[in-house]
Amino acid sequence: MTTTAVSTGVAVRLEEVSRRFGTVQALDGLDLDLAPGELVALLGPSGCGKTTALRILAGLEDADSGRILVGGKDVAGVPVNRRDMGMVFQAYSLFPHLTAAENVEFGLRLRRQSAAARRRRALEMLELVGIGTHAARFPQQLSGGQQQRVALARALAIQPQVLLLDEPLSALDAKVRLQLRDEIRRIQLEVGTTTLFVTHDQEEALALADRVGVMQAGRLEQIGSPEDIYRNPATPFVASFVGLSNRLAGVLGADGVSVLGTPLPVLNASVAPGPVEALVRPESVDLTADPLADARVVAVSFLGPLARVTVSLPDETLVVAQVSSARLADLPPGTAVRVTLLPIPVVVSSPR
Amino acid sequence: MAGLVRRRARRQAVLRWVVVGVLSFVFLLPLFALLEFTTRGPGDTLTWDTWRLLVDWPALEETYPVLWTGMKASFWLVLLSVALTLVLLVPTVVWVRLRLPRLRRLVEFLCLLPLTIPAIVLVVGLAPVYAWVVYFVGGSSVTLFLAYTILALPFAYRAIDTGLSAIDVRTLAEAARSLGAGWLTVMWRVVLPNIRSAVLSAAFLTVALVLGEFTIASLLNRDNLQVAINQLGKSSATISFAVSLAALVLAFVLLYLLSFVGRRRRRERSVP
Repeated sequence: MTTTAVSTGVAVRLEEVSRRFGTVQALDGLDLDLAPGELVALLGPSGCGKTTALRILAGLEDADSGRILVGGKDVAGVPVNRRDMGMVFQAYSLFPHLTAAENVEFGLRLRRQSAAARRRRALEMLELVGIGTHAARFPQQLSGGQQQRVALARALAIQPQVLLLDEPLSALDAKVRLQLRDEIRRIQLEVGTTTLFVTHDQEEALALADRVGVMQAGRLEQIGSPEDIYRNPATPFVASFVGLSNRLAGVLGADGVSVLGTPLPVLNASVAPGPVEALVRPESVDLTADPLADARVVAVSFLGPLARVTVSLPDETLVVAQVSSARLADLPPGTAVRVTLLPIPVVVSSPR
Repeated sequence: MAGLVRRRARRQAVLRWVVVGVLSFVFLLPLFALLEFTTRGPGDTLTWDTWRLLVDWPALEETYPVLWTGMKASFWLVLLSVALTLVLLVPTVVWVRLRLPRLRRLVEFLCLLPLTIPAIVLVVGLAPVYAWVVYFVGGSSVTLFLAYTILALPFAYRAIDTGLSAIDVRTLAEAARSLGAGWLTVMWRVVLPNIRSAVLSAAFLTVALVLGEFTIASLLNRDNLQVAINQLGKSSATISFAVSLAALVLAFVLLYLLSFVGRRRRRERSVP
């Protein structure tokens, strides 16, 4: 095993951070806390401010207002090159004229380490990310996934206080992305560096992070454990952005929302009683083949162990249900089905 | 089948060599004519006296002081013009790309401007400027490097800009900065090594331009190689043609050598 010194990790805190680009309010009073050693993922659609938040923490952009504390110290005015943060970028960022090992050594060289120490550390880091055998290769001789591994090794070699990952997997193809995703988590746990991970891919965020922060329009909509974000979304935006949701008409009363005749508990309180839209997860929808029912299966997509079945209600509303693929045989397109909802809490929003 | 392919390959090879042959003939014939003329002695004999003189610098200085002055001036002009062009242009173009992308069009326009202005018009504008240059630093021909830097901008800019387009300067600079590099280090250790061949071709284009410049030097009454060649042509055609030929060959050799730079290092280290 490697002899990487386990850094303890520092706490990071963003307080009321705002940033405007021309007419666009990229960040609007963002508050974010990272515990020492924690991996937090910022998740949101493009333009929600997640990358701006990361770049402000890195020192690559300045905040218009607000404070950034790293290990309790305000880092305002500290330039990028003194912030001691390792970064991995979405675009391939290895220095093309240096080998993989020399790339990893770059930061150590600036810290005036001896050639022997640098070399040893570089090889150790390349081993850690699983490409020790490619140390002498140039970036153009490496695949995209390998380049991102080297970039990760380079960022970690300097034993940064904070690791910043700016959509590092977006440019990779699906299989490599999955593999590297798991490895990033393994490595992060091993070195214990506080990490901020920015992504627009909800699956990535949910699989990797200790906590996921969902952002919209420069603010955090909700932050919590992946399970919490998924099961108890605080707002309609979170419910629709994380995971699939059906938008079904319902009526909000004092003791919950009635959807398709089924009463469901409600997660968010701020909506006025009356007609609403409820966001119902596909796995909360159950289907039973019933020749007397008036809903019809219109499409089936097979996803391996699970399948998604789209059903059309008499009023032409489409509902997506997630069922075990073993049940597909009973539900070919055209089948009449009865739709029932499981009593799982849902988010409601005013009808659009 | 295999025979057919081989025959076609052979035919293409023949065609290639025919094209190369014809082109080199057209290109080299005037050079050979120059060589023949400069080695023609009295009574149509072959003599290398002119060429011997060209490499015997003390004798050359004594025999053709004008030529010697022009050569010296051009030597310094080349050095200073290349240095100023690169020092001005490389950091500016990189900085504009990194921090002021909106200024890119403007900088490109400014750099290409000298190309659209005929040298003769430039001189009209440069003459009063040079009156001040003379006033402050004297009338040495070497001061022409200021004007030559302007002339070299369009070519040098294009070369460097192309080199920068080939790499993601922004991301590389940000990566280097996050690893602890200051701006100087970013420039020296990250940007420059990756646009080395672009910088070299900018330098070479500047060299070629300065070595061949005649109009401005002549109209501003300065000495350089071309002015000297022109002057000598009136009294001693042989030496002036010999120098022209030597300058051409020198430029050609430079170009050839430059095409090797940057290749060797990579090959040495790519062995794992």
